[in-house]
Amino acid sequence: MKPPLRSLLGIEQLTTAQIESILALARRMDPSRPSQLLRGKRVALLFYESSTRTRTSFEFAAKTLGATTTLVTPVSSSIEKGESLIDTGWTVANLGADAIVMRHANSGAAYLLARYVRVPIVNAGDGMHQHPSQALLDALTITNHKKRLNGLRVVIVGDVYHSRVARSNAELLSRFGADIVFCGPPDFVPEISASLAPGVTACHDLNIALQGADVVMALRVQKERLAGKDISVEDYIANYQVTPQRMKLAKPDAVLMHPGPVIRGMELTSEVADGPQSCIHEQVRNGVKTRMAILAMLLGAAR
Amino acid sequence: MDSLLIVGGHVVDPASGVDQEMDVLLREGRVAAVAAPGKLRSQAQRSFNAKGCIVAPGFIDLHVHLREPGQAHKETIATGSAAAAAGGFTSVCAMPNTVPVNDSAEITRWMQAPERGALVNVFPVAAATVGSLGEKLTDFATLKKAGAVGVTDDGKPILSDRLMHDALHAAGKLNIPVVQHAEDTRMTADCSMNLGATSFRLGLHGMPNAAEASIVERDIALAGATRGHVHVAHLSTREALEAVRRGKKAGVRITAEVTPHHFTLVDENVGDFNTHYKMNPPLRSLADRAALIEGIADGTIDAIATDHAPHAFHEKQVEFERAAFGITGLETAVAIAVTVLHRHFNLPLWRMVELLSASPARIFGLARRGSLAPGSHADVTIFDPKKKWTFDASQSKSKSKNTPYDGWSFTGKVVATIVDGKVIYEG
Repeated sequence: MKPPLRSLLGIEQLTTAQIESILALARRMDPSRPSQLLRGKRVALLFYESSTRTRTSFEFAAKTLGATTTLVTPVSSSIEKGESLIDTGWTVANLGADAIVMRHANSGAAYLLARYVRVPIVNAGDGMHQHPSQALLDALTITNHKKRLNGLRVVIVGDVYHSRVARSNAELLSRFGADIVFCGPPDFVPEISASLAPGVTACHDLNIALQGADVVMALRVQKERLAGKDISVEDYIANYQVTPQRMKLAKPDAVLMHPGPVIRGMELTSEVADGPQSCIHEQVRNGVKTRMAILAMLLGAAR
Repeated sequence: MDSLLIVGGHVVDPASGVDQEMDVLLREGRVAAVAAPGKLRSQAQRSFNAKGCIVAPGFIDLHVHLREPGQAHKETIATGSAAAAAGGFTSVCAMPNTVPVNDSAEITRWMQAPERGALVNVFPVAAATVGSLGEKLTDFATLKKAGAVGVTDDGKPILSDRLMHDALHAAGKLNIPVVQHAEDTRMTADCSMNLGATSFRLGLHGMPNAAEASIVERDIALAGATRGHVHVAHLSTREALEAVRRGKKAGVRITAEVTPHHFTLVDENVGDFNTHYKMNPPLRSLADRAALIEGIADGTIDAIATDHAPHAFHEKQVEFERAAFGITGLETAVAIAVTVLHRHFNLPLWRMVELLSASPARIFGLARRGSLAPGSHADVTIFDPKKKWTFDASQSKSKSKNTPYDGWSFTGKVVATIVDGKVIYEG
């Protein structure tokens, strides 16, 4: 028996049972019905990087459960005066935060904070490393449609190298027996990426990767990340953009996902993003439920 | 007459071909005699009982950062040399990436002044270019005269072909090595560890082996053309090792050192972003480590050097990518060499001692050091190759505690360090 979950740092540290219990709890959460489960609790949102959906959904999740939140960002705080991450964490904890939700540009930042600060830490994205709440909400979304994860073919297409979403998703889905195909140009999908977890393969041909896919997950592709690479924006779009034609290569009941923010016309077309197979809106809704479950569990209020 | 007799020990002195029980007499700062047990009795004022221990020429570390001048919050020459003494090193070669950079005769002399309080011999390695900016060569002849035993821009590579060519040419004429930190920084921007499965998993940019190997390959070509001597600092990859092996076969004047951490640890040990495993060059793969062990055994590697790189707590207790590169190493190197190289990989103690004494002395031209032949400086390292002990970083003599080995148990412990005939450390 592992001790109860103290912090949510990455998928790797979670047991399969812990993942299942978070998902089960998330299914029972209803963002339209406010509760007092976390009444009196204070959740600090420590965001070193910009974010729309993650920050807002953690904030709504906390407030729906009756907790109060406060946002701390580098601008207009001591962070821009050169305060270290550990000192900022100690300060926020001593001000009375019961949990800290952190987004940070450096991989491993949440691990550092959790090593020194004695309140639960929720990793809301650390550099290129992990984004565990996203993988959990994605698993919730997939299981809503597929009822299982075992044996599914999940194609994650785009800039895998820079993506914490890809890493967290692949680790979680691998744990439940899915086959994960990373797809993109070699700069975005290096061969070594297949070593991430059992069942992960790397593929540089989207038309092959999509065949028989149950889930197609597109990742954001930033134009500036293509600068100086072997592939141009035009080539990327020609070879890796998810289009209605390409979606036909996947299984007829395949679902299309995207963690956002979507760059329409780059990694996918509007026809796909807004098409019948798209679960993008559902992912966002599940984000609030999943984050309600995470906060309830870490703050000890989950049954 | 100041004298000390070391009795009962097993002398291992590769430079003079001795590997047996012998007594060693030190007198007036020199080795006076090495003779069969009992033969030298009554000739000394004091004696040191080395029963069960190896008596070796004083160990020489070709690569340390003593941080003075300018960064005394990390280390001083006094504290760094005290750590050297506790680790069995009687001589250390101090890198020039101080503040300001040691690119002048003044700083080179300042570092060697008695007021610095050094417990062991300190040999500065001066900057190869002014300010280590990689633009204009320093005055090698003047630096050598002031006591520099080599030139380097350590921490930064000498990237320009032209500059490296001229440096090797100028240093070659003076018979001093150009020490190269082999890293093509054009391939390692933003990198904080080795490129591989672990860097991918952790979401950290990784340094490819090629960034080291390509510079070593180029330096071999330039050393061959100039007849200069290039010394590869902290070699870490199998490709660079193979290049050195080929260069030596071709008769190029190339030598190489390896650190205890590179032959002991691998990139996976970074674990969950432990900054005590962050250094440059980074910890590499198992295959690289295996190649280094082979290179140590077959003579491709010439020396074990620590790359002792002290940093204050606040420089390591930060985000991994923002943490300073480097770990301390002076107090654990001999124990790691015995534990890993000798006991685990069966490297003869003879070879291990050679890598720590005779060979580094030869590479950097340290006359009458690295040997116990009569007339040599009275620098001696006495260690017990069977003694088990546990390293406690909080007891370290270094000002900094940035070591991955805190709490590690080793076999093989330094028992005494003797510099200039005086016992400066007993453990």
